Amino acid sequence: MSLADTQKPGLRAWLLTDTPTSRRHARAASLYQAWLSLKGNHMAMLGLGILLALVVIAALASVLAPSDPFIQDLALRLTPPIWQADRDPAIEGYILGSDSLGRDILSRLLYGSRITLYIVTLVALMAPIVGLLVGTIAGYAGGWLDVILMRITDIFLAFPRLILALAFVATLGAGIENAVLAISLTAWPPYARIARAETLTIRNSDYIHAVRLQGAGPMRIITKHIWPLCISSLVVRVTLDMAGIILAAAGLGFLGLGAQPPSPEWGAMISEGRKFILDHWWVATMPGLAIFTVSLAFNLLGDGLRDVLDPKDGKS
Amino acid sequence: MSGIEIEGLNVWFGDYEERVDAVKNAKLSVPKGGSFGLVGESGSGKSTILRAIMGLAPTWSGKIEILDKPVENPRGRDFYRAVQMVFQDPYASLHPRHSVDQVLSETLSLHGFKDIDTRISKLLDDVGLGPSFRFRYPHQLSGGQRQRVAIARALAPEPQILLLDEPTSALDVSVQAEILNLLTDLRAEHKLTYLMVSHDLAVVGHICHDIAVMQLGEIVETLGVEDMRAMRTQHSYTKHLLESSLQSAAG
Amino acid sequence: MSKLLEVENLWVKFPTRNGVFDAVRGVSFSLGQERLGIVGESGSGKSMTGRAILRLIRPPGIVEADKMELEGVDLLGRSEKEMRKVRGQQISMIMQDPKFSLNPVMRVGAQIMEAYRLHYKVSKKEAKRKTIAMLEAVAIRDPERVYRMYPHEVSGGMGQRIMIAMMLIPDPKIMIADEPTSALDVSVQMQVLEIMDKLVKDRGMGLIFISHDLNLVSSFCDRVLIMYAGRVVETLPADKLHEAEHPYTRGLLNSLPRLDEPKERLDVLKRDPAWATEESVSG
Repeated sequence: MSLADTQKPGLRAWLLTDTPTSRRHARAASLYQAWLSLKGNHMAMLGLGILLALVVIAALASVLAPSDPFIQDLALRLTPPIWQADRDPAIEGYILGSDSLGRDILSRLLYGSRITLYIVTLVALMAPIVGLLVGTIAGYAGGWLDVILMRITDIFLAFPRLILALAFVATLGAGIENAVLAISLTAWPPYARIARAETLTIRNSDYIHAVRLQGAGPMRIITKHIWPLCISSLVVRVTLDMAGIILAAAGLGFLGLGAQPPSPEWGAMISEGRKFILDHWWVATMPGLAIFTVSLAFNLLGDGLRDVLDPKDGKS
Repeated sequence: MSGIEIEGLNVWFGDYEERVDAVKNAKLSVPKGGSFGLVGESGSGKSTILRAIMGLAPTWSGKIEILDKPVENPRGRDFYRAVQMVFQDPYASLHPRHSVDQVLSETLSLHGFKDIDTRISKLLDDVGLGPSFRFRYPHQLSGGQRQRVAIARALAPEPQILLLDEPTSALDVSVQAEILNLLTDLRAEHKLTYLMVSHDLAVVGHICHDIAVMQLGEIVETLGVEDMRAMRTQHSYTKHLLESSLQSAAG
Repeated sequence: MSKLLEVENLWVKFPTRNGVFDAVRGVSFSLGQERLGIVGESGSGKSMTGRAILRLIRPPGIVEADKMELEGVDLLGRSEKEMRKVRGQQISMIMQDPKFSLNPVMRVGAQIMEAYRLHYKVSKKEAKRKTIAMLEAVAIRDPERVYRMYPHEVSGGMGQRIMIAMMLIPDPKIMIADEPTSALDVSVQMQVLEIMDKLVKDRGMGLIFISHDLNLVSSFCDRVLIMYAGRVVETLPADKLHEAEHPYTRGLLNSLPRLDEPKERLDVLKRDPAWATEESVSG
C-alpha cells in the first residue's frame, strides 16, 4: 500500500491522504476519491463526455450551426443527407438533409440542444427538490402529516405520467415553460417516495438519536443530517430519470403541446417528420438519434454515479 | 446528592393487545459520582431504561429524577447538558458523511459554546485522539477510534452523568481494554456519574460499584460488586448468569 | 491420525487503488478429526481463511496456495461446478447470525430437506424422516412443530441449532463455524456449543472454529491457531493457552477484565510492528 503512495506526485498524495489537515483538505480529498471511482467506470465517462459535449454544443450553437435554423427554402425541401446516392450533387450544405420546409436539420438539431438542456435543467431543479422536501418531512414527522403528504403523492402517482402532463398543459396552455412545469409536477412523486423510505431508515439510526440528544430540532436534523444522505440516491435517480424526462418533453412536443413551431425542439421535429417517414426517413430519424444519444448518456452516467454515491453498495 | 433516581418505571411499546412491556416497575438509584451497572441478556430491557431516561422511548410512566429534579417532557437543553449517552455500535452512531470536526463543532454550537476550536482540540486530547484525527471521516477510523469520537461528542456539553449502552461490545478485546481504561480515567478526571448497560458481567464488574440484574423487563436483584465477585447472590437467575460467565472465562 | 484437510502457504489478496491488500499471508495448517480453533481480532484474516478453504472469496479477491487438499484431493484447481459439490456435502459452513443465513420465506423443515436432497437422491418421505431425526439430534424438543415453522418464529439459539442441523444433514467431513455463537446470549451459547461438539465428535468430523473469543475457543477446541495481520503468530494445544508465549497472545489474555481478579486498570496491548512481518507459524 505504502509503496505505491510514495511514487505519486505531491498533489495526488495530498488528495489521497487518510489524514486530512483542514476542513477544505478533507472535502477535496473525499471529492477526489469519488471522482477516481467514477473515472474507473468507462461507460459512465462516455456518458459524461456526451453530456459535456451537449453543453458545449448548446453554448456554441450559433457558431457551430452552418445556417440559420429558421430559414426556409422550399426549393430545397426534403434534401437527403450528404451521403445519400439519390442526392443532387449540385446542392451545397445540408449535411444531415433538410426538412419539409427546406430548413437545415443539422442547424436545427444544434439549436434544439439548447431547448433540451433548458428542459432538463429546470426539471432537474424542481422535481427532486419538491420530492426531497415532501419525502423527508413526511418520513421524519410521521403521524397525520405523513399520511396527508403521502396520500397526495399517491394521487399524483396514480395517473400515467404523460396523461397527467397532457392534462396540465391543456389547462395551462401549450408552450415550453408549461411543458416543463407539467413534467416537473408529474415527476416529483417517485422522489418523495424514495426520500421518505430513506428517511424512515435513517431517522431511527443511532447517529440521529445522538444529535437529538444534543438538543437539535427537527429542521436541523432534516436539513443537515438527513438530506445529505438522501441526496446521493436522488441524484442517481434523477440522472436515470433524465432520459424519461427528455422523452416526455419530446412526447409533448410530438403531440404539439410542448415547444411550438418553428422552435427546433427535437420532439416537435420528429412530429413534423412523421408525415414523410416512409419516403424521407432522415427528417424524423436525425432528431430521434439525438434524443437517443442524450438519453443513453444520462443513463450511463446515472449507472456510474450509483456505484460511486450509493452508500448501500457495501463500499463503506 | 443523588445522580439518578428511578422508581416505578414502566416502559412499553404498542397499545392494547399489541402492548409489549419492555420494563416493569424498575427501581434504581445512583449517587452523584457513582457508577452503576445494568446486566441482563438481550431483550431484558436494560437498554430501554437508558432510552427512557434520555427521552428516546415514547411511552413510559413512573418517576425519573436527575440530580434531584424530575425530568421534563420533552427533555430540555439543560437536561442534555447534564446527561449524555454513548451508544453501543460506533459504526452506527456516527453520521457517515460528517467528519469528526463537523460532529464535534455542531454539538458544541448546539450547546452555545463560543470557543469551539480550542474545545475541539481539548476534547480530542481528552479521549486520546490527537489533532490529526480532527478532519477525518468515520470510514477513515477504526472501531476503537470511532468510539473515542462518540465519547468525545458525549463529553462536549460537559455533562455530569454519562449513560453507557454496551460501549465496548462491538469492539475487539484489546480495544475494549483501551476504552474501559479511558472511561475509568474520564470518570476520575471529570467526576462523572456512570450508568452502564452490558451483557458482559466482567466488563460491568470492572467499571461499576453497584449492579442490577435484569430479566424479562424486571430488575430481579441489585447487589454490590464485592458480593457479585464472591457469588453472594439471592436470586437464582443472577447465580446462573454468574456461573455461565465464569465458565466461559475460566477456560 | 488421518489428515482431512491440508493447507500450505495460503494467501488471500485484494487489489485496491493503493496496491494489493493481503488479507491472509502465507497460512499453513492441517486438520484431522479434531476441533481446531482460529482466533484473532477483526481484520486478522481469520474469516477470510475459512472462506478461502471453500473458495468463497469473491472477485476481485484472489486465493493462492501451494497446497490446499481435502483428503489428498486438490481443491484449488477445481471448477466452480465441482466446488459446489464440495460445499455442503464435504465441507459445510455455519455463519454468525442465523437470521441472515436462513431463507425467511421458506419453512425450516423445507430448507433442511432441500439441503439433504441437493446431495442425495431420496424420496421426499425419506428426506423428511431424516430431517426430523436431525432436528431431534440438535436437541429440538418438538421437531414436528419446528419443521413447519418459519425462521422468524424461532429464537436466536434455536435458529443456530437449525443451521447446525442443516449443515450436518448431508454428512460433511469438515465443518467450518465462523463465530457461530457471538450473536447469542451467554447462557444459550454454551448449549449450542455442546450440541455442536457432540455431533462433531460422534460423526468423526473435523471442525474449524473461528472466533474472536480466546477463552471460548480454549475451552471448546483441541488446538488453537492465533492469527494477527493475516499470519499465524502462534499455535498451541487449547489447554495450554494460558501458557502462551507470543506477546500478542499474552496481551490479548491480559487485556480481558476478569470478575475473579479485579484490577484498577486493564493491561493494554502494545502492538509490535514486528508481529506483522515475522514468519507465519504452521499448525
